[in-house]
Amino acid sequence: MVSTLAADRVGRAWAVLADVLDPEVPALSVCDLGIVRDVVEQDEALEIVLTPTYSGCPATEAIERSVLDTIAAAGLGPARVRLQRAPAWTTDWISEDGRRKLREYGIAPPAHIEPGAAVPIRLVPRRIAPVACPRCGSTHTERLSAFGSTACKSLFRCLDCREPFEHFKPI
Amino acid sequence: MQASIRLQRDERQQYLLRIGDTCLIQAQRLSEWTGHAPVLEEDIALANMALDLLGQARAVLTLAGSAQGLSEDQLAFLREERDYFNPTLVELPNGEGRPGDFALTVLRNAFVSTFLQLLWQRLQASSDEELAAIAAKAVKEARYHVEHAADWVVRLGDGTEESRRRMQAALDKLWPYVAELFEADAVDEAAADAGLGPRWAELREPWLAQMQALLQAATLQPPAVSSFRSTGRQGVHSEHMGYILAEMQHLQRAYPGGAW
Repeated sequence: MVSTLAADRVGRAWAVLADVLDPEVPALSVCDLGIVRDVVEQDEALEIVLTPTYSGCPATEAIERSVLDTIAAAGLGPARVRLQRAPAWTTDWISEDGRRKLREYGIAPPAHIEPGAAVPIRLVPRRIAPVACPRCGSTHTERLSAFGSTACKSLFRCLDCREPFEHFKPI
Repeated sequence: MQASIRLQRDERQQYLLRIGDTCLIQAQRLSEWTGHAPVLEEDIALANMALDLLGQARAVLTLAGSAQGLSEDQLAFLREERDYFNPTLVELPNGEGRPGDFALTVLRNAFVSTFLQLLWQRLQASSDEELAAIAAKAVKEARYHVEHAADWVVRLGDGTEESRRRMQAALDKLWPYVAELFEADAVDEAAADAGLGPRWAELREPWLAQMQALLQAATLQPPAVSSFRSTGRQGVHSEHMGYILAEMQHLQRAYPGGAW
């Protein structure tokens, strides 16, 4: 009976967390992003394990707060957040659903990273894997800058429809 | 005035502070470009790299202070100059005036990001689990920094007469400060013995190999090796350090504990 209740509380926590949006990419929930690594019940409290995306991501603290506010608003009792650095977050943890939402929002989703394949650093000129334009789907695109409006994105331009767009960069 | 904290010299802490302070001061110098870079994309790129470095600094300072009960903020804002252990290279101004020289900035980025990438790679195997976890994250970020800096060094070095002249001048200025990075001492020895991290001297060979390839592609020649040694890693800094600290610390000193 107790374990059923616990499972129910954890399950409800996962359900409400699916509505907590990333403040910098509000198309995605923290679950789509893959930064919620675990939810466990410990000493009467819910412990939510989060893995930050980037070392300097300024949204980390805001995300912690909205996670705790959401759990409290759902009446799920005392909760705390634990930050877990290892294993390091990777864009491979973004769900398929999340990738679709990114594309619909106008951000090209990251390609999957080959396991263990360290890409060698090359001096210019360098070819990077083609990134499809989220508006017209063309892969005839070019990178304007590896850095964008937030730590997780780079800047691209479509050479067919001429629209600039952002790319969630694989890391 | 909020009183300064004083550190009891401790080899483990000093090893960690060398890493954290390198990231912190490099972040501070990069952030001076915010709003002043030659084009918008560069403004964003330099600010993004500063942010990554600041995040890495926060994590390492938190770890460095934990044994003595000191927070990242106390370590960042309340130390005196002699208790900062970054190599002198990162505290040198970006160039004359503000925001300084873009050539010198991108060349230093190449030096520092390549060094940090090699260091983070090794620190992933640290006996300290937290440091290993910080490194596993940071090494992925460093890759983008290396790529960005290397692109510019080649583009400007192998560029116009004027861009090449300025890159070469930056190289002549910065090169003498590189030797300090790889000086062996008791702090590094203790870290290596404890499995905390590598002797920085061990990174010299791979760093030089990468830089030689880069400088060659950029058609730049490093100046002859000199006997000059900077000493920032020992806490003995150049005349520029005090000015950075004054700028970094003045809000916390004027409004102790202030937050927003």
